[in-house]
Amino acid sequence: MSNAYAVEVARLSFGYDAARPVLRDVSLAMPQGKVIGIMGQSGCGKTTLLRVIGGALRPGSGVARVLGTTVNDLGGAALYALRRRMGMLFQFGALFTDMTVFDNVAFPLREHTDLPPELIHDLVLMKLEAVGLRGACRLMPSELSGGMARRVALARAIALDPQLILYDEPFTALDPISFGAIARLIRTLNDSLGATSVIVSHDVKECLEIVDYLYFMAAGRIVAHGTPEAMRGADEPFVQQFVRGEGDGPIPFHYPAPGYGADLELADIRG
Amino acid sequence: MAPISNWRTSVAERRAPGAASRLLGRLGEAVTARLWRLGFASRFFGYMLLHSGTALRRFQLTLREIYFAGVLSLIIILVSGLFVGMVLGLQGYETLQRYGSSEALGILVALSLVRELGPVVAGLLFASRAGSAITAEIGLMKATEQIAAMEMMAVDPIARVVAPRFWGGVISMPLLAALFSAMGIFGGYLVGVQLIGVDEGAFWSQMQASVDVREDILNGVIKSVVFGVAVTWIAVFEGYDAQPTAEGVSSATTRTVVTSSLAILALDFMLTALMFTGGNAR
Repeated sequence: MSNAYAVEVARLSFGYDAARPVLRDVSLAMPQGKVIGIMGQSGCGKTTLLRVIGGALRPGSGVARVLGTTVNDLGGAALYALRRRMGMLFQFGALFTDMTVFDNVAFPLREHTDLPPELIHDLVLMKLEAVGLRGACRLMPSELSGGMARRVALARAIALDPQLILYDEPFTALDPISFGAIARLIRTLNDSLGATSVIVSHDVKECLEIVDYLYFMAAGRIVAHGTPEAMRGADEPFVQQFVRGEGDGPIPFHYPAPGYGADLELADIRG
Repeated sequence: MAPISNWRTSVAERRAPGAASRLLGRLGEAVTARLWRLGFASRFFGYMLLHSGTALRRFQLTLREIYFAGVLSLIIILVSGLFVGMVLGLQGYETLQRYGSSEALGILVALSLVRELGPVVAGLLFASRAGSAITAEIGLMKATEQIAAMEMMAVDPIARVVAPRFWGGVISMPLLAALFSAMGIFGGYLVGVQLIGVDEGAFWSQMQASVDVREDILNGVIKSVVFGVAVTWIAVFEGYDAQPTAEGVSSATTRTVVTSSLAILALDFMLTALMFTGGNAR
């Protein structure tokens, strides 16, 4: 494993219990400075993979190496030291509802630095300017739209200039304008900070536009990976189903169930 | 071939041990789950105490919680204290005047409040008003991923969110109980002296002569501190352990009020037995 990769995962498995494995033998490598997408349908294990990378979950087997540190058994101060070099954008922003927009963005700076208030003030306004919300710094989270809340959370995630930014479903429940704005911001901020970004999402079109490399997951496994161009032309049936949004295919439309006739008690009627 | 009634009996006999073992199994599981949760709550308490440095060093975090748990509970505490004192004044006078000792009304009101009603009723009100609010707030922070976001920002939520709320509650509770008792004594004075006409000098002087600082007031303060620790511990733990759903937060809030109230009553009995029996024997 080399330092050219921000995230390296080798033969990783994870399950909340032995009967239901969520991740099965996952291996991937994410080069530094790139925007990497992890795509797959809901419940395929992609958010779990993101949580293992963030050190929130411990894998059952395999190795997860993040920014040169193995996170498998990391805990306490060592894990927090690693997380100071990471930023994470949660699905719905997870802004602190009892703080203003300004205080939300200032939170990591106040917690982890001894910078004077004047400098924190300037840094927060610079981060908010980067996401276009300097004018909203006095608002409370309840006064923001979904897209604005996501942008504030993004400003908070980059407050300490992280080397790795994790995005958990950043496009969920956004209008098309906010959707495009967030997608452009992810790309721009990654390039200007020189960071590595990992996006977990199931929004194919926008992801294909901004990522450098893409992993497709199904049932806890990596089933395909490559550049966006390669994925658009891939023959893999799962990738085709996912990219075209087809209802049925390798991923069945129906959840596994007993026989339809038995459920409708047709057998009893015949009997 | 055995008759059907015998067949049923034999099945029942065969099933009986199974049913009993299933029942025992379920009972065992329930007890084990509760013991496990109690163990988790104890570890949580220890971890919280160990990580209270931030709450005490950055005292403005705790001050904010004293405002939310204490200052915002003032109205209900003061109004309840006044009415409880007024009722004590009426009921106490009714009983004492039968024995011609209505001047002892001040002692009855003060001792009832300082020893017992102040800490207990203030504790029950505190659990309903502030304890439920603490659980709901922490539970909702968990449900909306604010706790997870804090952890991902390398900030320990137990040190930053839980410990200040705990210390805010522990500091607020004795102050609220003292205010409850003071307001109750004032209520007793209003009814006893101003309304019924008990002698004002006797009311205050007998109270002053009979209420002991160590035996009565200090013991009442110790009770209110213990109730404050119990209620706030239960409140922060239930919030932190809540299922991150609307139903989970709702159940946790209910559990806080029920468990805290029962804990206050049980602890009150134990503390009263420890504190006052020896005093009476002497």
